[in-house]
Amino acid sequence: MVDRMARGKLNASPMFTAVSYTVLSIIALICLLPFIVLLSGAFSSESSVLAKGYWFWPRDFSLDAFKFIFRYPEDILSAFKVSIIITVVGTVLSLFISSMTAYVISRKEIKYRNGLSFFLFFTTLFNGGLAPYYIWVSSNLHLSNTYAVLILGPMFNVMYILILRSFIKESVPEALIESAKMDGAGDLRIFLQMVLPLIKPALASIGVFMILAYWNDWWTAMMFTNKDDLVPLQYLLYKMLSSINLTGQMAQHVTNLDTPKETFKLAMTVIATAPMIVIFPFVQRYFVTGITVGAVKG
Amino acid sequence: MSTKMESRHAAAAVKRRRLSSPSKGVLCELRRHWLLYAMFVPVAVYYMIFSYIPMAGIVMAFKEFNIRDGIFGSPWVGFDNFDYFFQSGKAWLVTRNTIVYNVIFLAAYTIFSIAAAVFLSEITQKWFKKVTQTFMFLPYFISWVTVSAFVYNFLNYEYGIVSRILGYFHLSAIDIYSNTGYWYFLLPFLYVWKWVGYGSVLYLAAIVGIDQEVYEAATIDGATRFQKITKITLPLIKPTMVILILLGLGRIMRGEFDMFYQLIGNNGTLMDATDIIDTLAFRSLMGTADFGMASSVGFYQSVLTLIIILLANWIVRRYDKDQALF
Repeated sequence: MVDRMARGKLNASPMFTAVSYTVLSIIALICLLPFIVLLSGAFSSESSVLAKGYWFWPRDFSLDAFKFIFRYPEDILSAFKVSIIITVVGTVLSLFISSMTAYVISRKEIKYRNGLSFFLFFTTLFNGGLAPYYIWVSSNLHLSNTYAVLILGPMFNVMYILILRSFIKESVPEALIESAKMDGAGDLRIFLQMVLPLIKPALASIGVFMILAYWNDWWTAMMFTNKDDLVPLQYLLYKMLSSINLTGQMAQHVTNLDTPKETFKLAMTVIATAPMIVIFPFVQRYFVTGITVGAVKG
Repeated sequence: MSTKMESRHAAAAVKRRRLSSPSKGVLCELRRHWLLYAMFVPVAVYYMIFSYIPMAGIVMAFKEFNIRDGIFGSPWVGFDNFDYFFQSGKAWLVTRNTIVYNVIFLAAYTIFSIAAAVFLSEITQKWFKKVTQTFMFLPYFISWVTVSAFVYNFLNYEYGIVSRILGYFHLSAIDIYSNTGYWYFLLPFLYVWKWVGYGSVLYLAAIVGIDQEVYEAATIDGATRFQKITKITLPLIKPTMVILILLGLGRIMRGEFDMFYQLIGNNGTLMDATDIIDTLAFRSLMGTADFGMASSVGFYQSVLTLIIILLANWIVRRYDKDQALF
């Protein structure tokens, strides 16, 4: 569609085309460069970084940083486990319950559907602030140091529920639901057997955003956990980056060159970020539709 | 005739009764569609527990909180917490920083997203478009923790690339972490870097939606490419732009906590220039355990946010009713 459109405008200046290609190339390059610097730093030897700093390619290729990390892999493996558990369980639960809710508020026979929608929507307009939330969750609900808080904390997003609602309205014909009801199917069965299969594209799109939200969440862990076996990958990365900064300052006085401090940080960042970058090409399509579907009208 | 009158009376009475006892209507509705309402229960319970009850906890701002008595049992102190917050000198500082940064973020994000979208719509090579878009999405997929590692790569005083390049030209290195001025540029830059892929998709969708015949007519009239952009594309995506900007302004009192916390953390030198409402609330709660400060800052932010969102929505509503949030 865009290509046809661009062709429709083709009467004009090659100068403008050149500008378009140039500007986009620059933007794309700026977006990509940090990833390249990160990778080349992680695969450089510590001594070359200390001597010459970071660069756009590894000036002295070395796997020392990764070897160092995997000499004591317990922390990272545990963090991987925690991140995978909360991402998988959280995304599946959240997708299922969100779309079930979306189905309910899409049904016209529900008299209070607007009220229910507003009940959800109001939570995005107003909140009690950080302090009551923290105290309520940690000292009243006693959810600190549990998997439950890591999964429940970022679980629902009202916008996603409302997007799923409009998607159901558009892609599930009312007549289909009516006829299923005539045949005696209950709402739960209609939802499970008819609606869910029909909204698969929307589930994939929203699912991508949920996976990202869970995988990149370090905040919930920082607020509500202090046990080592509940540290997800991003929070582990944060702790390592900030504590190595500290020891890095101390290390200026006590020279100890056999731990690769600088490259270690980068290798750790590579490990924490890699899973999302690896799935990225496969989900890019859903990511784009997710943005546009949400923009059409939440 | 009298029977007719009677039945009409009876019907009116029934109608009155139905109107006067809504509880019966609610029960009836719930009984008829009990399964659908039951399917709503999980989310309802979730938001009751994780949103509405903490919302009531906002009264904490008017209390001298202690852990033993909890939020609702602690003694009332009126506006003491607010006196403290406003006299600390922090109130104006964090409000100003929050607004200034958000306005810069929104402006930069809008300009770059539209520019990228316009350029993308001019590209005829499919593979080029796909590759550039792929690179532009990458930053969205990583956390701010990772971004902080990137920033360190580039701007670290000793080993950073910027220092090395400056060194190559025999210029002295910049210590970015102890110089506030750079951050007014750096933070918006990183914000745009992370969001431009996302924003360009939004605006590209609006551009794709423009009727092709308008462009064809302009071509016949001999319009140049540049004229088509300024006279057709930009005016026709203005509604999308206005809506997105207004909705962005509605969130102006809410900061990008993740970004500020990860990039700046507790760096004392940068504190005054980069302290926003969210970081102040966080520091008071988790750092100094100053519950009075934390809760009054939270109250201040919540109430202002609500007012501004209502205002923004009211304007959107007047501009285009269908685009309003509610």
